[in-house]
Amino acid sequence: MQLTDKHREYWNRNLRLTAVLLGIWFVATFVVIYFARELNDIVIMGFPFAFYMGAQGSLIIYVLVIWYYARRMNQLDLEYGVHEGED
Amino acid sequence: MKGRTDMSAVSSNAAFFNQLKKYYTFYTGGFITFVILLAILEQMGLAPKIIGYIFLAATIALYAGIGIMSKTADVSEYYVAGRRVPALFNGMATGADWMSAASFIGMAGTLYLSGFDGLAFVMGWTGGYVLVALFLAPYLRKFGQFTIPDFLGARYGGNLPRTIGVLAAIICSFTYVIAQIYGVGLITSRFTGLEFEIGVYAGLAGILVCSFLGGMRAVTWTQVAQYIILIIAYMIPVVWLSVNITGNPIPQVAYGQALQGVAAKEKELNDPSTVLGAAEASVRAIHKEKAAEWTDKLKALDEAVKAGNGDAFHAEQKAKVAAKLAELKAAPEPDAKAIAGAEKDLADFPANIGKLKAKWTTAETGAKGKAGPVAAHAVPFSGKGAEKKLMKENPAATPEEIAAAKAEDEKASNGKRLNFIALVLCLMVGTASLPHILMRYYTTPSVRDARKSVFWSLFFIFLLYFTAPALAVLAKYVVYNDLVGSSFAALPAWVSKAVDATLMKIVDMNKDGLIQLAEITIGGDLIVLATPEIAGLPYVISGLVAAGGLAAALSTADGLLLTIANALSHDVYYKMIDPNASTMRRLSVSKGLLLVVAILAAYVASLKPGDILFLVGAAFSLAASAFFPALVLGVFWKRANHLGAVIGMLAGLAVCMYYMYITYDFFGGVAANEWFGIKPISAGIFGLPAGFLGVIIGSLISPAPSKEVQDLVDHVRYPSLTGDINTKAA
Repeated sequence: MQLTDKHREYWNRNLRLTAVLLGIWFVATFVVIYFARELNDIVIMGFPFAFYMGAQGSLIIYVLVIWYYARRMNQLDLEYGVHEGED
Repeated sequence: MKGRTDMSAVSSNAAFFNQLKKYYTFYTGGFITFVILLAILEQMGLAPKIIGYIFLAATIALYAGIGIMSKTADVSEYYVAGRRVPALFNGMATGADWMSAASFIGMAGTLYLSGFDGLAFVMGWTGGYVLVALFLAPYLRKFGQFTIPDFLGARYGGNLPRTIGVLAAIICSFTYVIAQIYGVGLITSRFTGLEFEIGVYAGLAGILVCSFLGGMRAVTWTQVAQYIILIIAYMIPVVWLSVNITGNPIPQVAYGQALQGVAAKEKELNDPSTVLGAAEASVRAIHKEKAAEWTDKLKALDEAVKAGNGDAFHAEQKAKVAAKLAELKAAPEPDAKAIAGAEKDLADFPANIGKLKAKWTTAETGAKGKAGPVAAHAVPFSGKGAEKKLMKENPAATPEEIAAAKAEDEKASNGKRLNFIALVLCLMVGTASLPHILMRYYTTPSVRDARKSVFWSLFFIFLLYFTAPALAVLAKYVVYNDLVGSSFAALPAWVSKAVDATLMKIVDMNKDGLIQLAEITIGGDLIVLATPEIAGLPYVISGLVAAGGLAAALSTADGLLLTIANALSHDVYYKMIDPNASTMRRLSVSKGLLLVVAILAAYVASLKPGDILFLVGAAFSLAASAFFPALVLGVFWKRANHLGAVIGMLAGLAVCMYYMYITYDFFGGVAANEWFGIKPISAGIFGLPAGFLGVIIGSLISPAPSKEVQDLVDHVRYPSLTGDINTKAA
C-alpha cells in the first residue's frame, strides 16, 4: 500500500477541516461559557444571550458542524478517489 | 474491502432502507392509534391503574416481539447487526442508546432546580458528538471490527492494551447500567404499584428478551422503536403546555416569553415591599430558624462523636422518634396522618451515626437554601451573595468591607464557572469515549454512512435536549404564577397527586393559608412526570410518559449490557482464551455472560445503592481518561505505540480514580483535598491530560510501531485505498 501525494493532500485537507470545525466547537462551548456573565446582558427575543446559547444556540451549532463535516468529507472522498464503492 | 462495488449491493441497501421506512412508519401510526384507543377507553371509564399496566405490558411485549423476530446465529449479525443499518436508523438507535432515564426524566428537573448552571449537562451531552464525528466514528467504521478493545488490540499490539480497554469498558458500563436498571424499577413501581424489587426484575426480563436472542441486531431495531416512543412521549406534553401558557405550539421558541415572566416574578418574590415578597420573607425567617436548629443539632452530634459516644447518641435520637410515635398513638384522638408520618420516620431512620449526620447535613443545607432569596433562573454562576448580606446587615459598611465582600462573591462565581467548564469538558470527552456509543458506528454499511449517522444521532438527541430547557422554564412559570400566592384550601389536582407520590412537598409554614415559594420542595423527577397533569391532559398521556421513560432506560441498559457481555465474550474469551472457538460456542458464551451480567446488575440495583447519580457522572470522567487519548492518538499520531497506550490508559485511569478517592466523601475523601476547587465528578479534567502525556511520553521512549501498524493507521484514515489491507472481522 503506497500513499501518493494526492492521498497526503486529502489527509491534510481533512486535518484542516477538522481543526476549523473544532475551533467553532470550542468557541460555541468554552468561550461562550467563559464570558457567560457578560454575554447575558445582551437580550434577544426575551432570551439572555449566554443562557440561550447554553440551552439551544450551541446545540444547533454542534448539529450544523457535524452535518457540514459529513457533507464535506463525503465530497472530498469522491474528489480524491478514496470513496467506497457502495452506497 | 472494496468487494461490494456492484450495483446489486447499492440497490439492495436502498431497498432495505425503503423497507425499514415502511415498517417504522407503519409502526409509528400503529402506536399513535393505540394511544388514541386508550384515550377513548379512558373517557369510557377505564381506571388509570389499568392504563398504566396496559402501557407497560404492551411496550415490553412489543420490544420482546422485535427481539424474537431479530434472533440470529450469525456472528456479524449478533455483534454489529450485519453492518447494514442505514445512517438515519443508526442515528435513532444511537439516540435511544444514549438518552437514559436520567436524560428523559431527570434533565428538565435538574434545569428547573439549578437554572443556568444545569446547562452543563445539556451542552456536555450534545457537544460530545462533535468529537465523535471529527475524531472517532469514521475511523472506527473503516477499521470495522466488533468492539472498542478490538481497535486498541490491533492498533497497539499485544493483549495488554486490549485488557486495559476491557477493564475500563466494564467499569464505565457497569456503573451506568446499574443506574438504568434502577430507573426501570422506579418507573415500573410508580406506574403499576408493584414493589421496587419486582419492578427491577420485570424490567430486566424486558431487557433480556431483546438482547439475548438477537444481540446487536435485535437491540438496534428495538432501540429505533424505543426512540420513536420516547420522543413522542416527551414532546406531546411540552407542546401542550406551551400552547396553554404562551399560545405558541413551538416551546423552544415560545419559552422566551415565559422566561421573562419568571424573571419578573423572581424580582417580585425577592422584594419584601410587595405583598408576595413580604409573605416570602416571613417564611424565609422560619427557615432561618430551622437552619440554626439543624446547625445546633449537628454540633451536638459532632461533639458526641468526638467523645466516642456516637452510637449512644444515635440510639438516643432513634428512641426520641419512637417515643413521639408512642405519644401520638396514645393521644385521646389519634391523628392517623401524623401517626403514619411518624411510623415512616422511624422506619426510615438512618442506620448509623454517619448516615444520620448526612441526613441532618442535607436538612441543614436545604433550610439554609430556602432561607435565602430565590435564585435567578437565567443568571450564570451566581456568587455567594456576600455583598448583599453585608449591605443588609450593615448599611454603613466601609468601602474596604464592601470590596472584600465583592471579592468573595467574585471568587465563588469564578469557582462555579471553572467547575462548569470542567464538567462540560468531561461530559463531552466522556461521550466520545463511552464504548456502547462508539460501538454503534461499527454497524453502518460504510464510512460515508458512519459520518452521516453521527449527524442523525445528534439531531435526534438534540430534539429532546433543546426541549428540556424550555420545559423547565414553562414548569417554573406555572409554579411561580399559578401556585405561589394561591390558597392551600384549593390546591390544583396535579399538586395533590404529586404530593401523594412524594414528588413534591408543600407545607403551610407561616400558617397564612397561602402558598409561598419557600414552602414548596420539588423533586427533580416531578417536572417531566407531572407535566401532562399540569397541562391538563388525560391520564393516558401520563401513561405514555411512563412508557417513554421506560423506553429510555431499557434502550440504554440494552446497549450497555451488550457492551459488557461482548467485551468479555469477544475480547477476553475469543481473542485471548480460545481463538479457535466455533461460531456456535462464541455466541453461547456471549449469551451466557449477558445473562450473568444482567442478573448481577439487577441485584446491585435492587440494593438501592445511594450514590447512583455520582456513579453515572463518574463513568464519563473515567471513560474520558481511559479511552480518549489512546483512541484519538491511535488514529492521528502514527508514532503512538504499545508502551504509550499502556502507560497513557493506566495513567489516565489512575489519576482519575485517585482524585475521586481523595475528594469524594463516599470513598472517605474530603472537599479540602480538591485541586483548584474542582468537584470529584469532573476528575477527568486531570485524568485526560495524564492520559495524553502518558501516551506521548511512553511512545517517545520506545521504538516506533512496526510497518504493519503504520499501514493500519493509513488504512483507517482513508475510506478506501488501492491494495487496502483487510481488517474486517468475521
